[in-house]
Amino acid sequence: MSVFINKDTKVLVQGITGGTARFHTKQMLEYGTKIVGGTSPGKGGQEVEGVPVFNTVREAVDATGANASVIYVPAPFAADSIIEAVDAELDLVICITEHIPVLDMVKVKRYMEGKKTRLVGPNCPGVITADECKIGIMPGYIHTKGHVGVVSRSGTLTYEAVHQLTQAGLGQTTAVGIGGDPVNGTNFIDVLKAFNEDPETYAVIMIGEIGGNAEEEAAKWVQANMTKPVVGFIGGRTAPPGKRMGHAGAIISGGKGTADEKIRIMNECGIKVAETPSVMGETLIEVLKEKGLYEKCKTH
Amino acid sequence: MNIHEYQGKEILKNFGVTVPNGKVAFTVSEAVEAAKELGTQVCVVKAQIHAGGRGKAGGVKVAKNLDEVRTYANEILGKTLVTHQTGPEGKEVKRLLIEEGCDIKKEYYVGLVLDRATSRVVLMGSEEGGTEIEEVAAKTPEKIFKEEIDPALGLMPYQARRLAFNINIPKELVNQAVKFMTGLYNAYIDKDCSIAEINPLVVTGDGKVMALDAKLNFDSNALYRQKDVLEYRDLEEEDPKEIEASKYDLSYVALDGNIGCMVNGAGLAMSTMDIIKHYGGDPANFLDVGGGATAEKVTEAFKIILSDPHVKGIFVNIFGGIMKCDVIAEGVVEAAKQVGLTIPLVVRLEGTNVDLGKKILAESNLNIIAAESMADGAQKIVSLVK
Repeated sequence: MSVFINKDTKVLVQGITGGTARFHTKQMLEYGTKIVGGTSPGKGGQEVEGVPVFNTVREAVDATGANASVIYVPAPFAADSIIEAVDAELDLVICITEHIPVLDMVKVKRYMEGKKTRLVGPNCPGVITADECKIGIMPGYIHTKGHVGVVSRSGTLTYEAVHQLTQAGLGQTTAVGIGGDPVNGTNFIDVLKAFNEDPETYAVIMIGEIGGNAEEEAAKWVQANMTKPVVGFIGGRTAPPGKRMGHAGAIISGGKGTADEKIRIMNECGIKVAETPSVMGETLIEVLKEKGLYEKCKTH
Repeated sequence: MNIHEYQGKEILKNFGVTVPNGKVAFTVSEAVEAAKELGTQVCVVKAQIHAGGRGKAGGVKVAKNLDEVRTYANEILGKTLVTHQTGPEGKEVKRLLIEEGCDIKKEYYVGLVLDRATSRVVLMGSEEGGTEIEEVAAKTPEKIFKEEIDPALGLMPYQARRLAFNINIPKELVNQAVKFMTGLYNAYIDKDCSIAEINPLVVTGDGKVMALDAKLNFDSNALYRQKDVLEYRDLEEEDPKEIEASKYDLSYVALDGNIGCMVNGAGLAMSTMDIIKHYGGDPANFLDVGGGATAEKVTEAFKIILSDPHVKGIFVNIFGGIMKCDVIAEGVVEAAKQVGLTIPLVVRLEGTNVDLGKKILAESNLNIIAAESMADGAQKIVSLVK
């Protein structure tokens, strides 16, 4: 089992004829992901890496039976692409694109109310279920199948955590990058809920960063609902206030959204927070040993 | 992106928001000339810097005649204002806004901001004008009223009306306040603002509802479609290294340490600063080279890091995903050749095309110290710069 995606997920690549999309289509296919089609307006009928290209998402869905899409479309056109995918009633849309204007995302979220589609991202690395399906830009080789779920606002910190887990002999179920933007489709709580319900996931690593209060809300949810151990990490302890640290959402404003405050509340809610990003794996192992879950999680 | 108060008022005026008459001045004589043109008895001389708290720092003065305008303009222009938002080094005043004085009856606060929890724009108001909204929120949260705006409808008149009544705008002026808030909302949406704060909004003796101050910030991701806003950018308000970085779409923030950092991904870049600090070092910068960087961009990033004279060593920390390790390696080698690297360089590579990247570094004959992990790299660079 896993969350959101598995070996049966049939994926469309929106914007498949772009350079980045081509490269990652190849990588996803090599990983074993079922890429059934792509879209690029005006380039219908072509092929990329043996994958048929269509002019519209609707046409691609009708022809291929795709139930998920991944978006590599440039920022000015990305919101339109998300809405096109939601309109085609896909189950899951993963938007990799960064730098989408936030008011575009406000409109997207409004449009998605009451729709069945789950959006992950934007500005995220994607979602991977180890050995089954990789949708996004993460390096596949660092992942191994197992029982730890990973959820993160940061792409590269997700890789860091997964890499540490694999090196320590702890495989993963699914790693979900929710993205670094202030308005995103799937939040920490959505993913934690899914991990809580997934019988194969025994523990979770949750990686946050400065800005907003999503980590605080998630910590409270964990305390009230989560039956599995969660360890955390927060990036940006040394970030100066008022400066946007790369991610649109990573900014301490009006004294709110600091790393120290997030860490304090996570600790209060029973989430052990790793001291440095290098010990996310070690911190999880400590907790698993305390709970007697270490042997159960050890996969290799 | 930030702009000056007078620029914000120019924008708002175009959206039907009432602002006092005023003019920008870069010199003392321009200031006096502006005051003459305004022709009012009293005018206000206001320092234009990208920071709040100007009044308390002596950057806003009320002049009763032209001589006073001259005196104050002389005093404020060129002065370094230190406010709670400038940092201890302060900011030098290079522009003034000369504005007509007005008869203030009462001050209010009105602002628009994105609420991340609901993914909607929220209109906030309070009758505690002139005080920072964070302070009001901490001390008297019951005095802040909010209206969540449905993006499909925009700000509805009843919402603006309800807010105006809630913050006790005199009832004969409520319709004017509604027009004001509607204009403010339209500007926010049309210009891709990230913050639009009017503090204070004032009601005057002659029955006007006016923006006495205006703070507009813009979503950097939307500037590609806001060419006129981009023209308001004041490069003198920004760090030269940050300007250089923005030319190459690099995300750079200057800090005051001595270890230059080049990282891919914002989260990893922040955490790299954190871990350097953890091992007793001090990062000189935040730098995210982003996902789509080319070797040329990496070279430029390297040059920007090296242009900071405080930098005594560099830590490159890459976990390739969309960013390929070989591209980083090529950029690092090219930059080191171009600038003649003389300080220690620690490189940690992992992820997409890692073997290719390591090969390029190994074959370059450059003195590069390889690190096995983030912690290993941080410890190595910290000990090398000591």
